[in-house]
Amino acid sequence: METKNIMIVGVGGQGTLLASKLLGRLLLDKGYDVKVSEVHGMSQRGGSVVTYVRFGDKVYSPIIDKGEADFIVSFELLEAARWTEYLKKGGKIVTNTQQMNPMPVITGAAAYPQELAEKMAAAGMDVDAFDALALAQEAGSSKAVNIVLMGRLSRYFDISEEEWHAAIAKSVPEKFLEMNQKAFTLGRQA
Amino acid sequence: MKTLMLGNEAAARGLYEAGCAFVSSYPGTPSTEITETIAKYPEVYAEWAPNEKVAMESAFGACLAGKRSFCGMKHVGLNVAADPLFTISYTGVNAGMVIAVADDAGMHSSQNEQDSRHYARAAKMPMLEPADSGEALEMAKLAYEISEQFDTAVLLKMCTRIAHSQSVVEPGERITPPEKPYEKNGAKYIMMPGNAKRRHPVVEERTKALIAYAETSPLNRVEEGRDKSIGIITSSTSYQYVKEALGDTYPVLKLGMIWPMPEKKILDFAASVEKLVVVEELDGFIENHCKELGLQAEGKNLFSCIDELNQNIVAEKLGKAPDVGVKLDDAIPARPPVMCAGCPHRGLFYTLSKLKLTVLGDIGCYTLGAVAPLAAIDTTICMGASVSGLHGFNKASGGEMEGKTVAVIGDSTFMHSGVTGLINIAYNESNSTVIILDNSITGMTGHQQNPTTGYNLKGDPCTKIDLESLCRSVGIRRVRVVDPYNLKECEEAVKEELAAAEPSVIISRRPCALLKYVKHKAPLTANPDKCVGCKSCMRIGCPAISIVDGKARIDNTLCVGCGVCQQLCKFDALEALQA
Repeated sequence: METKNIMIVGVGGQGTLLASKLLGRLLLDKGYDVKVSEVHGMSQRGGSVVTYVRFGDKVYSPIIDKGEADFIVSFELLEAARWTEYLKKGGKIVTNTQQMNPMPVITGAAAYPQELAEKMAAAGMDVDAFDALALAQEAGSSKAVNIVLMGRLSRYFDISEEEWHAAIAKSVPEKFLEMNQKAFTLGRQA
Repeated sequence: MKTLMLGNEAAARGLYEAGCAFVSSYPGTPSTEITETIAKYPEVYAEWAPNEKVAMESAFGACLAGKRSFCGMKHVGLNVAADPLFTISYTGVNAGMVIAVADDAGMHSSQNEQDSRHYARAAKMPMLEPADSGEALEMAKLAYEISEQFDTAVLLKMCTRIAHSQSVVEPGERITPPEKPYEKNGAKYIMMPGNAKRRHPVVEERTKALIAYAETSPLNRVEEGRDKSIGIITSSTSYQYVKEALGDTYPVLKLGMIWPMPEKKILDFAASVEKLVVVEELDGFIENHCKELGLQAEGKNLFSCIDELNQNIVAEKLGKAPDVGVKLDDAIPARPPVMCAGCPHRGLFYTLSKLKLTVLGDIGCYTLGAVAPLAAIDTTICMGASVSGLHGFNKASGGEMEGKTVAVIGDSTFMHSGVTGLINIAYNESNSTVIILDNSITGMTGHQQNPTTGYNLKGDPCTKIDLESLCRSVGIRRVRVVDPYNLKECEEAVKEELAAAEPSVIISRRPCALLKYVKHKAPLTANPDKCVGCKSCMRIGCPAISIVDGKARIDNTLCVGCGVCQQLCKFDALEALQA
């Protein structure tokens, strides 16, 4: 199978690492060669963060380059817009509509662009935008945005719900398992 | 069983399987997880040392005592440990010793992007360079065999993309290495001139033997290609980009041992292709060596010595322009990293910014005090440079600037190499004011313990170095502690210590807001009836506060109720959110 590419983008501290670990575990269990590339250190402090998940018969590069992403999963709307050049032709953007102002917007040096989901769609991109934060809060914690997004992403994969749940169980602490399972289901059904 | 591991986790596994029994390191992105991972094995003694020089010397002592030892660090850490590195090359080892160094091309979390391969050549020490997690595991194990066979410490070179990428590995079992009891051997271990003169030729002979080893080692392999018009020499993550972009189009010589290089193997490979191209990140290290061997090679004329490479760059330079996606017309504002909501450094930096001081900064989360709107830092060089830099600055500028200049340094960085600068301030008597930002943890690298926290790497309680006593004992009489959440207290302390006619230390003490044991207050909310939109609260650059429709709004998913913004609001508009 040709290598498939999932980019997970967001703001440092939003839990993108857990999402990439969950995907890595799931895809390894499915028998694929997998590479997951993470970002540690300074950018985790509220900066723009990106992790790469690649899977297929044989994966070489640990990173996803411009024009290669089959999926961009974004935890925040501006971050989805930041990485559109990385989307493959025919690729899909799954994004939370939550907006978090970066420091240049907070200080007034820049403006947060308006109607980004609509603009991405108008530029020919396949965009699935929804309020993942509201669903995470419904599940019990705003921190579950990552699992809500995984639920949404799961709709585009030919992998059973049971397999996703098994991977979640291996990735989150037991005391948060029920909440995360609910978050996944809400994301998948939304 | 196959599993996914970070390159750093896999390297740790390899060290463990090889019977490594002693680890001493200093944290630094992207190297930290090697030591954090191996510390979880009960059979391995593992510690955080105060700095990389101490770590390397401790690891050397452990190998001398007969245990396979390890120390790990980031590229700039190897600068700190360069002194023992060069002489350990002369002494060689007893039991095996492995030194991991992790480069950060692209400077994801570093102050420079130096190429550590030069150290292998300069110190005449072998260096292995894995290209994925599986290789990291295997090379970490093999490094001990090379170390003991050739009587040398071995460098294991990681980079961000290998260290922080997970790929598939198959862990094995831990072995028990052969016993290597310590034997006194002054000619080998006492590097005074007479002995060192006899050791240098041994080092040169060892390099020749290592070249012979490199010629036949499977670490260096040729992968066949269909088109011999180009032959590519590469290593590390660049190898992965070459394979991703070009598949098996061109023959590839993949180097796993980056120093010393297999000379005949390179010459034979060059003779089998029409043109030699070297694909490597940062400097033209392999390329220059090829040229020394008399070969025509292309490399840095195609691939920049600045920043990382990737598969698109390789594809573009070797003939195939990649298709890229659509870019939106809108300007997308940058999202630089910021100090977290509730960060204890914020209140102190607000004070320094308000007083318009010149601030010599250091290495850690608090480097983010340089970012607008606080913009409270003038310099960032290296670990410890704030304190020693301040001394020189004050001595050179005389009395005029002394009252307007401070150094800021974190607790861990102070223990690493700030204390020697403070000793210089005391000894050579500059009227300097040093602020230790004590957040009770090594923050930026992801919460490692250090000598001031009272806990060791394994999480056990241990001796806690008392910062106040330490500063006093080196000769600083004026030492005081402030709470950085209290702006009035901070401002008074800074003004008074700058006015004092002798050196002083202010310890700004409050634990990192991300520490699990820290209890937060209820988040705040902006009362729209009281808020007049004066934006005073915006001056602290808190990511939880923004202005919406002309009035302050606080993101209650980020706010931890630290109360610093409340102290700036003249209208009492920022109130605790009722549950």
